[in-house]
Amino acid sequence: MSVKAAVLHAPGTNRDREAAWACELAGATPEIVPLGALVARERRLDDYGLVILPGGFSYGDDLGAGKVAALILRTRLGDDLDAFIASGRPVIGICNGFQILVKAGFLPGTRSDGRPTATLSHNARGRFECRWVTLEPVAGTTCAFLDDLAEPILCPVAHGEGRVTFTSDLAGRDAARRGLVALRYAPTPDTDDGYPGNPNGSAGHVAALTNPAGNVLGLMPHPEDHLVPTQHPRFHRGERHGSGLTLFTRAVAYAARR
Amino acid sequence: MSGTIRLEVERKPEAGDPRRERATAALRAAGLGAAEVVSVHDVYVLGGTPWSGMVAQQVAELLADPVTEKVRAAAPAGPLTVDVAYRPGVTDSVAETVVTAAALVGVGVERVATGTRWEVAGDVSPEALEAFARGHLANGIVQRIMVGALVPVAFEAASAPAAVESIVLCTIDDDGLLAVSAERRLSLDLPEMQAIRAHFRELGREPTDVELEMLAQTWSEHCVHKTFRAHVDYTERRADGTVDEAASGVVDGLLKTTIRAATEQLARPWVRSAFVDNAGIVAFDDAYDVAIKVETHNRPSALEPFGGAATGVGGVIRDIMGVSARPMAVLDVLCFGPEDTPADALPAGVLHPARVRAGVVHGIEDYGNKMGIPTVAGAIHYDPGYVRNPLVFAGSVGVLPRGAHPTTPEPGDLVVVVGGRTGRDGLRGATFSSMGMDAGTAEVSGGAVQIGHPIHEKQALEVLLAARDERLYHAVTDCGAGGLSSAVGEMGKELGAEVELDLVPRKYAGLAPWEVWLSEAQERMVFAVPASALGRMQAIALVHGIDCVAIGRFTGDGRVRVLSGGEVVADLDAGFLHDGLPRKRLVGEWRAPGPVGERAWPRADELGRALLARLADPNVRSREEVIRRYDHEVQGGTVVKPLVGVDGAGHADGAVLVPFEARAGVAGVALGVGLAPTAVGARDPYAMAWVAVDEAVRNVVAVGADPERVAILDNFSWGDCRYPDRLGALVRCCRGARDAALAYGTPFVSGKDSLNNEWKDEDGVSHPIPPTLVITAMGHVPDVTRTATSDLKAPGSALYVVGETRDEATPRCPEDAPATFRALHGAIRAGFVRACHDCSEGGILVAVAEMAIGGGLGAELDLDAIAAPNGTSAGARALAEWPSRFVVEVAADDAVAFEGAMGAAVLARVGETTPVPAISWHAGEGSGTLGLAEARAAFCG
Repeated sequence: MSVKAAVLHAPGTNRDREAAWACELAGATPEIVPLGALVARERRLDDYGLVILPGGFSYGDDLGAGKVAALILRTRLGDDLDAFIASGRPVIGICNGFQILVKAGFLPGTRSDGRPTATLSHNARGRFECRWVTLEPVAGTTCAFLDDLAEPILCPVAHGEGRVTFTSDLAGRDAARRGLVALRYAPTPDTDDGYPGNPNGSAGHVAALTNPAGNVLGLMPHPEDHLVPTQHPRFHRGERHGSGLTLFTRAVAYAARR
Repeated sequence: MSGTIRLEVERKPEAGDPRRERATAALRAAGLGAAEVVSVHDVYVLGGTPWSGMVAQQVAELLADPVTEKVRAAAPAGPLTVDVAYRPGVTDSVAETVVTAAALVGVGVERVATGTRWEVAGDVSPEALEAFARGHLANGIVQRIMVGALVPVAFEAASAPAAVESIVLCTIDDDGLLAVSAERRLSLDLPEMQAIRAHFRELGREPTDVELEMLAQTWSEHCVHKTFRAHVDYTERRADGTVDEAASGVVDGLLKTTIRAATEQLARPWVRSAFVDNAGIVAFDDAYDVAIKVETHNRPSALEPFGGAATGVGGVIRDIMGVSARPMAVLDVLCFGPEDTPADALPAGVLHPARVRAGVVHGIEDYGNKMGIPTVAGAIHYDPGYVRNPLVFAGSVGVLPRGAHPTTPEPGDLVVVVGGRTGRDGLRGATFSSMGMDAGTAEVSGGAVQIGHPIHEKQALEVLLAARDERLYHAVTDCGAGGLSSAVGEMGKELGAEVELDLVPRKYAGLAPWEVWLSEAQERMVFAVPASALGRMQAIALVHGIDCVAIGRFTGDGRVRVLSGGEVVADLDAGFLHDGLPRKRLVGEWRAPGPVGERAWPRADELGRALLARLADPNVRSREEVIRRYDHEVQGGTVVKPLVGVDGAGHADGAVLVPFEARAGVAGVALGVGLAPTAVGARDPYAMAWVAVDEAVRNVVAVGADPERVAILDNFSWGDCRYPDRLGALVRCCRGARDAALAYGTPFVSGKDSLNNEWKDEDGVSHPIPPTLVITAMGHVPDVTRTATSDLKAPGSALYVVGETRDEATPRCPEDAPATFRALHGAIRAGFVRACHDCSEGGILVAVAEMAIGGGLGAELDLDAIAAPNGTSAGARALAEWPSRFVVEVAADDAVAFEGAMGAAVLARVGETTPVPAISWHAGEGSGTLGLAEARAAFCG
């Protein structure tokens, strides 16, 4: 039986359709589930094998990106999500979903850790940017479905608050040492900060973080916007590499094994 | 203690603060380099809960990011503090979200006001600081700005008298009528006021303020296009002053005889709906249609660029929602004054073009990105004529299942409002946009300017799509200019409707009945819903967290009746409301320009410098910095992206998108825009229209659209057409648009005009903007895998110029242009075209340079090979701007096949691509070269 994927939807979520499409192409059965339906117990997280928090501007990002949705997750659905994660099933937060998972304390640690060790802050250049980036695999990541990724993923970023910021350099190094960095931006060579390859000034060019158990993944870029060849930014130049679908097929395959 | 507290959030020093850095840089640029911005604080004033230290701490945690930000309690104002807060009644989405968030952690915050505190240190006087703050940090139209003092908090707008007023009209004379029109800013002229007086004399009663305001909005230029419907006595003169009798005479309605006439004459079967609904609709495939609309939002954007542009985008997206379509693209065309306009050259009340541009771009970014709609096409044009009156054209495209858009309310259907709440924002926007501007406009019309709330619109969109798919409504329209009055009035045109204003959800108390009825508060849609479906509709709205309220019903008695507090405050005959407006009779005159002298062109060996200058010209140079601020990838359908090439340094001529609903197939939609240089319009608006149509169609054909399946839209921004010269130019322009549309076989499916774009100088003389016509083209792409981008693909390819080049003052589109476009489309579909670029600003040499920059390759050109009349200089061949041309890259092996596919089209093989990073050219008279890196530096800046 195919994996049921819940694509969560809060007011202001907007990349839910593409995320659902990605799940579908990866062999899962997606359902777009409003947060309100989970809060009202019309839907239960436990009925799904994979949870995706897609991109957008939940609640307008009014108090900081993802902040209010994170609050709902924590105050209304915290126990459910804790149980889901503890069961080992995968959770993927993309862009706003990543921001939500970080601000709710699910990444990079678990919220029982107490104080946050990282956040997603305003881009170093202080503005929203949409551009294609290359995501390089990280050897030794604990991420259960990216640990043997061999080829880089090519996909767009589209955000203004995507700079991975640790509370200290030490915290950043610690996250890397513990395998919590799941993907890095390929920095532009011969530049101080790797820009624009690293589009937002993220510390250590970190593009994706995972939790110690390796089943929660958060990333700013949008692999769900590179699923078919015609989406490639150099499709007309004959290039076909780097599909983002690989991330979803891996996650779905992992979910199927759980 | 109960009451209000004030909390301030600032960035920790180690986290850096781009906002502070930008403000300091702006201080320096304004000549105040002896001062700097020390810190920037987001200010929250919260009221309504008993405040203990613990509760304050809980709220503080909501407001700040613990890693990068810190919170402090209110700090007193210092001599160099700038405090900014929204004026009461202005939409403040952050404040609303704070209330929501506080409730989640169990804190009952009732009211919130937000603001910003800037702390400045160094050598600057408070007066200079205040002037700087008004110019760079905030906008007095929507915000209060205080230096050295706190902005007093007023959570709510002041109350207006809630009672309805009766306006004395029946017994007053004509002067009195005009006085009432001026006093209430109705923008109605004497015959219109007389018609209203006659109507109420017949009824034997005076109108209420609600009725009069409703008539003024319904009859505004913005809503009914009085000028385009008027009788025009038109005179056309030759350059020598003699009258061209054949071209002169009475024009019986410009819209009817030109724009719509072209659409009717073409009678394209794939046009599903033109001019009658919120947006034009054309067939996409067997299952889906696509809808398109472009609007202007000039006046609000001039006064409050961020809010004006954002609500312009929000408004046109609602037009797409108003035909039951899911928005899938946004486009925008912007006209600004030059960025190097000296600040001291600006009249009072006029924002600097750089500030206008920054605000407008930010507004488009904020709304489009938050709605999750890709912004994929457009143009930015600079001209001194737009300094006082910038133009913002915003467009949107949507997709809908065929047959999914019901348009007929039934008697007994409920009038249902979905979306944001109603406040005193945006009052009289329709009449406001129909007035001229002067130095006082900003003061008196602030209420017409709004800040949008894109998340509410997104929520309303989710409700709309679900309700559409469950077929819960009989009709839908958006609340735009004129608010509920226009939306309900329009939907109840045949049936009539009765509305109970007390049921309309409000942002705050104290609104007068006419304010509720007329408010243009954004993000609202009106539906005609059968009573049996209301419950289901409300259940959907509840899941998406947005209001869905029945405020009345469609009656069937042909009257528009409005109740407030149990009292009838308006009772109008729908027939009079919609058909009682007297038709205008106007005078227009146009005189052909005299001949111009020959233009001087650089010699072939001087072209390098000319090319560099053109690549760096504000009207040519790269738009990458702006384009990247728009999300052009969301929805995953963007196949030809706005930025193309090896690293995105190239610019696409148009965008190609696959609607998400049709992602299993290969068909797509191409979008392009056309806008003639202002010099062409100044010379001949007829030629300007042709050039704009030609460019728009060319742009979509260049990326792969089928020229037999292109729909176009017209958007005029013009001066005050009560002046015969402005109207004469408009007549001439409309005729050009009609003739071009017929020639290219491209029906108009929608359009909009913004007239009265005038400003008065210190001596009271009125000046119009340059006459401006934006043509938007939407073309059908049969196969998105057979499309083209402008970047050069490989060395050793042949380079062709399609079309003839001419060096003449008034551009003319050749008769064979449509056939050429068809041939080129055939060649693209056959796969013979490696790269294709529209040739517009800067001519052929600039087009080739842009292709080279995009592809990271060189090109070698033989200028003498370019097709042009004998005697045309090499410089003119290289740089002249002339319509209907493309530069095409073709693999050497495909050259013969390509030439065969192009048939009888004017075609010249002019050179080849090279691995050498340079653009080189030669002609009999000399040669030259420009390094690619240098060209790129000039273009990309």
